[in-house]
Amino acid sequence: MAENVAQIQTDYLGQMRAKRVMNMILLILFVALMMLGFYTADARNAGGFWQGWHNILDFPGDVVSEAVTRAHLLPGYFLKYAPSLLETINIAGAATLLGAILGLIASLLATRGLAPVGWITGPVRRVLDILRAVPEIVIALILIFLLGGGPVPAMIAIALHTVGALGKLFSEVNENASLKPVEGLASVGASWLQRMFLGVVPQVAPNYLSYALLRFEINIRASAILGFVGAGGIGYDLRNTMSWGQGKLDEAAAIFLLLFATIVLVDQLSSHLRDRLTHGARVKGARQ
Amino acid sequence: MSALVIKQQTGRLFVIKRLQAFALPAAIFAYLAYVFVAFDMAGLKDRVSVSNMTTLVSDTYSYKTHVTQDNRTGNITIAIEGEKKGRYAQGDSPDWVQLGDNTSVDLGDGHIVTLGPDVSYTVPGYGVISATPGKRGVNAVLPAGETPEWINASKNRISITTDAGRLTITRNRTEVFRYFTGWELFFFTLDSPFHGKSFAQLVSSGEYAAIWQEFWSNKMWRHSDVAWALAETVLMAFLGTFGAAMIALPVAFVAARNFTPLGSARFVVRRLFDFLRGVDGLIWTIILSRAFGPGPLTGSLAIMLTDTGTFGKIFSEALENVDGKQIEGITSTGAKPMQRHRFGVIPQITPVLLSQVLYYLESNTRSATIIGAITGGGIGLLLTQAIITQKDWEEVTYYIILIILMVMAMDTFSGWLRGKLIKGGAGGH
Repeated sequence: MAENVAQIQTDYLGQMRAKRVMNMILLILFVALMMLGFYTADARNAGGFWQGWHNILDFPGDVVSEAVTRAHLLPGYFLKYAPSLLETINIAGAATLLGAILGLIASLLATRGLAPVGWITGPVRRVLDILRAVPEIVIALILIFLLGGGPVPAMIAIALHTVGALGKLFSEVNENASLKPVEGLASVGASWLQRMFLGVVPQVAPNYLSYALLRFEINIRASAILGFVGAGGIGYDLRNTMSWGQGKLDEAAAIFLLLFATIVLVDQLSSHLRDRLTHGARVKGARQ
Repeated sequence: MSALVIKQQTGRLFVIKRLQAFALPAAIFAYLAYVFVAFDMAGLKDRVSVSNMTTLVSDTYSYKTHVTQDNRTGNITIAIEGEKKGRYAQGDSPDWVQLGDNTSVDLGDGHIVTLGPDVSYTVPGYGVISATPGKRGVNAVLPAGETPEWINASKNRISITTDAGRLTITRNRTEVFRYFTGWELFFFTLDSPFHGKSFAQLVSSGEYAAIWQEFWSNKMWRHSDVAWALAETVLMAFLGTFGAAMIALPVAFVAARNFTPLGSARFVVRRLFDFLRGVDGLIWTIILSRAFGPGPLTGSLAIMLTDTGTFGKIFSEALENVDGKQIEGITSTGAKPMQRHRFGVIPQITPVLLSQVLYYLESNTRSATIIGAITGGGIGLLLTQAIITQKDWEEVTYYIILIILMVMAMDTFSGWLRGKLIKGGAGGH
């Protein structure tokens, strides 16, 4: 018996040691990969890290000093760029809305048990995968070539990506929805549309809304970035003032501030709303 | 009495519900209508460039070979897509061009163009179009009858577009385009000894190293540069994501209520996370590229800064939700704080952390493509460069396919790793 226990103990310790060695090897491998990665990235960068790191505050310094010396102009700039900011927000808003509507339909088609015909789930899922895999900038740049600059290419590009992203998340939510209401509705002769909108959507609407809000946060950022490559909105103004350089950096500072404030505000607002959607209104103020 | 009240209340509730059911679609519709006006969608149809669209679509699956004659010297150059990289050597020609005093270009289906001092184009079912370009115009002679719409003729210029190809004659230059399906010179350029050889010939030649070398250094498609660009993009995503996770994990303990009783420290760290997230990748990219110049390092650091904020928030929330019992149990065995964290907390949050980090790895591959387009590194840069030329759409298509495959591969990889690490119970590092 005692021998047996000793045996178990040595086995256990041996296993632990093997596991620890394995973890150690993995850790060393990981650290080596990271270091090699940074080394490669540094070598392929135009300017190296060690030459550049002490310049890192130069540009923000320039921006801040220009903004401070001409601080009295900032409110005027805020007004000047408010329409562009609104455009950026509208691009994100419209794209999220369109993406959510199309994503909702796609998600119902991509969920087994809810799709009107079984074979359609596979193809719809593949389409969603592809939509999700294409970065917005690809579609946006091509549409800019076809449609000219402006907010529409950005809106379409972001909306398509949103369909892919939300379609997948929505269909995961749909899978957890109870099928009983759907069966009930089917038994009284409801059509597919009625079954979906009366049986499924009310169950999953809070989750949908929460995901859509999260997507809106992401899309605001995407919309600003797409502006930077020529799709209108505040990103476009930012690029113009930045490429002007010294003398317009105070305007760049104003745009930075607007963008920062918008992103933080939308983040906070949506996180508050999402919190209420998942936990209900009762736990108000429980977090942060 | 009370039944009546309930009935009234229910009635009112139903009216409200019914109104709500209409109000939501109405609000959505109103917003979309507003956006429609604000974005000037009605004016869009004037801005759509149909010619750009046809160029784009036809270029993605076909290419054209230019046969150009300088009308003053009589010199003929043959070049694929009119590019220097695709030019045939002097005196060399594809089999559908017969070089000579009167060069004959066979466009297929009986369409024959003869170049020389006199240019002629035989169009089956229509007749022979001839021209003698010189100082006083192109002197085109068309068959009798009305000029069809595919011929655009004036004194100094005539252009003929048929299904087989296209002929443009000006006073100084005669140019013939012939279209082919496929991507030109994808494997070997014209100057390569392996150009035009079949797969069987290549295999039987046995010169695998040389074949690979020629393919890899293809000047038209730059396969090695593309491979490097893809690797750079993945590298940016990898370094950014894992670097951010490694920084955010220890700092997240400070931001979690149950680990840091000191409110002010918590506040500072949380605001720092909010700041990093709020400034956003775009602005970080701009700031960093001013210091480090364009390249993958700038992209990695930009992703790292943004995601440190994101991870910090996610991790600290996960830490606040850990079960205290496990920590208590570890404490009861006399564990020190470090050990309590290592064995009481980390195993609980590892699945959440890993699945988040791996999810961001995939999403950051896309971000890295976008950041590359702004900051000049990776596949994003190649893609924007190809789009800016506005003619290399076959390369654009190629890059897009590669990007989609790259993102899907990263998605599969991160999913596989997630399954392996979380279900395998390895507990991470």
